[in-house]
Amino acid sequence: MANTVVESYPPTEHGADDPNRRDFIHIAAATAAVGGVAVFAWPLIDEMNPSADVLALASIEFDLSKVSLGQQVVVKWQGKPVFVRYRTPKEIAEAVKDDNAPMKDPATDASRHKPGKAQYLILVGVCTHLGCVPNFGLGDYGGWLCPCHGSVYDTAGRIRKGPAPLNLLMPNYAFTSDTKIKIG
Amino acid sequence: MSGHSTYKPKTGFTRWLDSRLPIIRLGWDSFVDFPTPKNLNYWWTFGGILALCLGIQIATGVVLAMHYVPSGLAAPGGSLAFNSVEHIMRDVNHGWMIRYIHANGASMFFLAVYIHMFRGIYYGSFKPPREVLWILGCIIYLLMMATAFMGYVLPWGQMSYFGAVVITNLFGALPIVGKSITTWLWGGFAVDNPTLNRFFSLHYLLPFMIAGVVVLHIWALHVPGNNNPRGVEVKSKADTVPFHPYYTVKDGFAMVVFLILFASFVFYMPDALGHPDNYVPANPLVTPAHIVPEWYFLPFYAILRAVPDKLTGVLCMFGAVGVLFVLPWIDRSKTRSMRYRPTARLFFLIFIVDCLLLGLCGSHEPDDKIFANLAGFTFIDSNLNSYTWLSRILGLYYFGFYVILFFLSWTEKPLPVPESISEPVLKGPALPKGATAEAEKKG
Ligand code: HEM
Ligand code: FES
Repeated sequence: MANTVVESYPPTEHGADDPNRRDFIHIAAATAAVGGVAVFAWPLIDEMNPSADVLALASIEFDLSKVSLGQQVVVKWQGKPVFVRYRTPKEIAEAVKDDNAPMKDPATDASRHKPGKAQYLILVGVCTHLGCVPNFGLGDYGGWLCPCHGSVYDTAGRIRKGPAPLNLLMPNYAFTSDTKIKIG
Repeated sequence: MSGHSTYKPKTGFTRWLDSRLPIIRLGWDSFVDFPTPKNLNYWWTFGGILALCLGIQIATGVVLAMHYVPSGLAAPGGSLAFNSVEHIMRDVNHGWMIRYIHANGASMFFLAVYIHMFRGIYYGSFKPPREVLWILGCIIYLLMMATAFMGYVLPWGQMSYFGAVVITNLFGALPIVGKSITTWLWGGFAVDNPTLNRFFSLHYLLPFMIAGVVVLHIWALHVPGNNNPRGVEVKSKADTVPFHPYYTVKDGFAMVVFLILFASFVFYMPDALGHPDNYVPANPLVTPAHIVPEWYFLPFYAILRAVPDKLTGVLCMFGAVGVLFVLPWIDRSKTRSMRYRPTARLFFLIFIVDCLLLGLCGSHEPDDKIFANLAGFTFIDSNLNSYTWLSRILGLYYFGFYVILFFLSWTEKPLPVPESISEPVLKGPALPKGATAEAEKKG
């Protein structure tokens, strides 16, 4: 200490010469700071996820007698269109006939509706490509045609042509009576 | 920031201020006595024009936000948001003009930024020592795209709505995390009111972040100083002139010409660059027959659609922007300016045409015929006479251009480059007078 005026900090006997102690303080402080920022950031990020009231609107009821044969009704569920389609026997037969045709996302017609309810097809009306709403009754397979980039769906809502990777999704739904369903 | 300061405070107040906050000195050194290469041409005026555009967007935007209602809740005739924009158009004093300035201002902003960026590529302004300057510019461009995209959603028309649907769904293409990301972006299970609210918040915020990055951009510019059409560094004081009055006047003149173009859109064809479907209120249950993004996104949209696989298409689209960031490490040629790189210049000119044609492709349906009365034939999956194939070829060149630049860096033999900015003009011995004059005009 004789030839220095400025003492090292902290002025302990081996403070400055002991790298472990100093490093420990640095690492501990940095860890606490990063941890603190992360803990604070999470609520700010998670706040953007669906809020409680949005989640509460998760299910709706629908009366199938409102749909007439060969037609579809579009209902809004969770902000999205849901197609409720009353298929004709011909449309069902066409879909069943293609069960073994080559497809991007293979599925049988039977897996697309509830058992014994082949006439009612209930699908989320959102193209699995980039989310447009496909148009009813158009396209080579008589199912739907998406106006955005030309995806073609058949009468079971299976993707048959175009850029969409998956079949139209089926929402969770159940029959609450013979003609009523609960979606979600 | 470069060299010593020449600012001399003249009054008592400015002397007092200068020793406390030397802000006038900073302005003086940056925009008055800043030494600037004396050979900058009009392509260099777009920096100032861009600053003007940002100022106009912020000024009109803040005013619009005083009347705009960011709510997708249904109201007679559409939604609160849609109706508030119509209210701005019909009832608010000068509202129509302010909104048209803001809407067309976005297009003008992009026009200017594209010219500014092509300028940078042509004259090699991204090369050492200006890589950080270039990357900051790329960040500004990304922020501009995000801002404009979210702004276009605000009127909550059909194009707003389905534009938001398609763009947010791009993130859904990512494996595993895709679905959680889209739900998080939407704040629900589809684009809806929460989405509109957050887009408004971010649309307000991002322009101020842009302003922040612009400050860094100018800082990074003032360390090495401007590049110039010859691409040779400033060697002596003889190569420069003070920014004021030389470039304040030149930039000012360019701004006036630019504003004439701007005003002719605002006052004579305010909806020419927009889409009529956006005057139809958003309806989540029906997609319009033909959805297209704003013109400044069309080339990227064409690249997205050219690729049959969803994820690859999304990656190509983001890659088309991402590649700009690494340009300084792709084009390694020591010669900055393409004036002296005839081969690179040729590929560059094709690149500009390529980008414009990609934009054309993006505005058409993929299956539209290019030549209406030509049948064409199917090649692999689509008709050869369709915009699908044209976009694929053009998209390939878009990326190919960077590959070409990479290899040209080694193989190409550039023309002789002048010693300095002033040299050939002041005492060029060999060149006849006419030849130098012509070299000055080119580029
Ligand atoms: C980088 C700067 C900006 C760009 C590129 C931009 C772009 C846009 C675009 C393209 C629209 C849609 C116009 C339409 O079709 O109606 C829009 C709307 C809007 N912007 Fe901006 N904007 C910018 C800055 C701002 C700022 C700073 C604010 C607010 C402080 C703002 C507030 C608004 C509002 C309230 C609307 C909705 C009203 C309308 O649609 O005209 N903008 N913006
Ligand atoms: S969104 Fe349906 S084909 Fe692209």
